[in-house]
Amino acid sequence: MLKVDNVTKVYKVGTFGGKTMTAVDAVSFDVRPGEVVSLIGESGSGKSTLGKMILGLVPITSGSITVDGVAVKPGKEYYRSVQGVFQDPFSCYNPVFKADRVFQLIKESYYPAVPAAEWTERVRSAIRDVRLNPDEVLGKFPHQLSGGQLQRLLIARALLLDLKLLIADEITSMLDASTRIDVLNLLAELKARGLGVLYVTHDLSLGHYLAERTVVLRHGTVVEMGVTAKVFDDPLHPYTRQLLSAVPRLHAPWEEAAPVGSCLYHERGGTGGLLEADPGHFVACAQLSNC
Amino acid sequence: MSLRVNDLRVHYRTLRGEVKALDGVSFTMADGEILGLAGESGCGKTTLGKSLIRMDGRMRHAGGTVELDGRDLPIGDDKAMIAFRFHEVSLIPQYSMSAMNPTRRIGRMVAELLRSRGVPLDVKELESRLDLVGLPREVLNRYPIELSGGMKQRMVMVISTLLDPSLLIADEITSALDVSTQQAVAKALLGFRESGYVKSMIFITHDLALTSHIADTIMVMYAGRLAEKAPSNKLTKAPRHPYTRLLINSLPEIGVRHQDRMLKGIPGSPPSLLDPPRGCRFRDRCPMAGEECAEDPPPVEIEPNHFVACWKA
Ligand SMILES: Nc1ncnc2c1ncn2[C@@H]1O[C@H](COP(=O)(O)OP(=O)(O)OP(=O)(O)O)[C@@H](O)[C@H]1O
Ligand code: SF4
Ligand SMILES: [Mg+2]
Repeated sequence: MLKVDNVTKVYKVGTFGGKTMTAVDAVSFDVRPGEVVSLIGESGSGKSTLGKMILGLVPITSGSITVDGVAVKPGKEYYRSVQGVFQDPFSCYNPVFKADRVFQLIKESYYPAVPAAEWTERVRSAIRDVRLNPDEVLGKFPHQLSGGQLQRLLIARALLLDLKLLIADEITSMLDASTRIDVLNLLAELKARGLGVLYVTHDLSLGHYLAERTVVLRHGTVVEMGVTAKVFDDPLHPYTRQLLSAVPRLHAPWEEAAPVGSCLYHERGGTGGLLEADPGHFVACAQLSNC
Repeated sequence: MSLRVNDLRVHYRTLRGEVKALDGVSFTMADGEILGLAGESGCGKTTLGKSLIRMDGRMRHAGGTVELDGRDLPIGDDKAMIAFRFHEVSLIPQYSMSAMNPTRRIGRMVAELLRSRGVPLDVKELESRLDLVGLPREVLNRYPIELSGGMKQRMVMVISTLLDPSLLIADEITSALDVSTQQAVAKALLGFRESGYVKSMIFITHDLALTSHIADTIMVMYAGRLAEKAPSNKLTKAPRHPYTRLLINSLPEIGVRHQDRMLKGIPGSPPSLLDPPRGCRFRDRCPMAGEECAEDPPPVEIEPNHFVACWKA
């Protein structure tokens, strides 16, 4: 369904745009219907830029992104089936309007024929789906809600459309543990109904909990990707191993973490580009990819 | 004693009435203590942090006192707080990474900030702090966009602590970072305390596992009140408040997969803080709730330094 093919994004930075910065460098992966793919990397690794390119919010420098064979085309039809929920919920709301205006806008552009009372009930049920109390959050201004509350409202908004693909960018990073599990279980439910989800996160345990496949991104390039269990049980790239060893666990001190070890790329027969070390398990060379 | 918060009440004024975001919170922090502050979204963590620094126009100090190093902190008086902000108490706000001015080189931004506070820039000192957090000195010549998330976050940490505040409040500063960068930031925070750049710290986070690695004490809040506060390993290994227990059970440690074992959240949601009901605020969701829970459970010190606000703890 979603196909990201050799995509690169170069930003211009500096006062007069005199410098460039490659945020995403020749990245390819796909997301199938009914599948959650987690995109793991720190902020600045290019994962949010990828999400924004898929949503048509920033132009692609080179390569192609298609959904069901059709290139990204920002506009009403595209957003009916592809939606994004982002990291910083405050930026998605206009501070002078009540937070529920985001729902009203959805109705105006996509469901003008739905009677008001029915729409209200749909909105309230979507809000309950993300475990908020409609009476508590509707009618408030964005600054009157906490970050987690705003974020869940955004997910509720996305749920009101006929989605095929949801780009969820760090949607759970501001949620507390219990709400986070509910949101993840909610995503799992949605994928069972055929929704494809690109779950962008820095949290390995959450990605592991939910995703069929995992893509590890660093400095704009894919360092390792494949079936989640493979990537977690047999991590081949030193960066993946470093991430796994740094995951804070409740009752184990960090110091006990295993050593990171060396790059296995050449040992497994890599000669340049991503190596398919096992069926469906790809790894880059740590030396070649400046990691 | 570094910080003594006594029956603090902070409300937000809204058209529908006052939201009692902090409704009688009391706790103390020892010199050099790192306090992890956790709890459900909306429980008042950010409000607590902001109260100790700057109340925004909608916030009202509705009661209670705060003492820092034995001195009264005039939290309700915006002007009187100027003398304390940045000098004695410093805050790294939630989403601060995106707040750095993108058009200024970082070095210039730091110089301007210090000038606005009437403090000269000590380049040597600044550099040694960059070293401590593991940032190359040339970051000062870069623009914020050229820094990765973890670098930005460490830069914000350095800037907020330039004047060696007694208390640093860090609000969700690691939530956008990858785990190895989180670890670096967490260790840098420990380094700050070690080097005496800050004395004590409130580390606000949703990530109990991460807090348990750096905080001496963890305080869990629920709906504007304290639920439980205990030394970190006590709180994570032998929590006594039903809310803390459920919270810890909902943590996905690596190894758990949805298809094998579905973790459960805590059903229900916290009560409205516009007009919170009497009695224990966790009552509607608590599997152990009983009749006595219709009365407010006061925080009780059930063991030294272990406070729990629950009738059945
Ligand atoms: N300006 C405001 N006006 C009215 N209510 C507010 C305002 N700011 C926050 N609140 C309410 O106060 C309560 C506490 O909010 P606060 O931001 O302190 O929560 P938090 O614990 O930091 O949450 P999160 O984990 O999501 O950051 C929430 O119920 C929130 O809706
Ligand atoms: S006081 Fe009662 S309702 Fe509240 S947490 Fe304890 S047992 Fe549950
Ligand atoms: Mg907060």
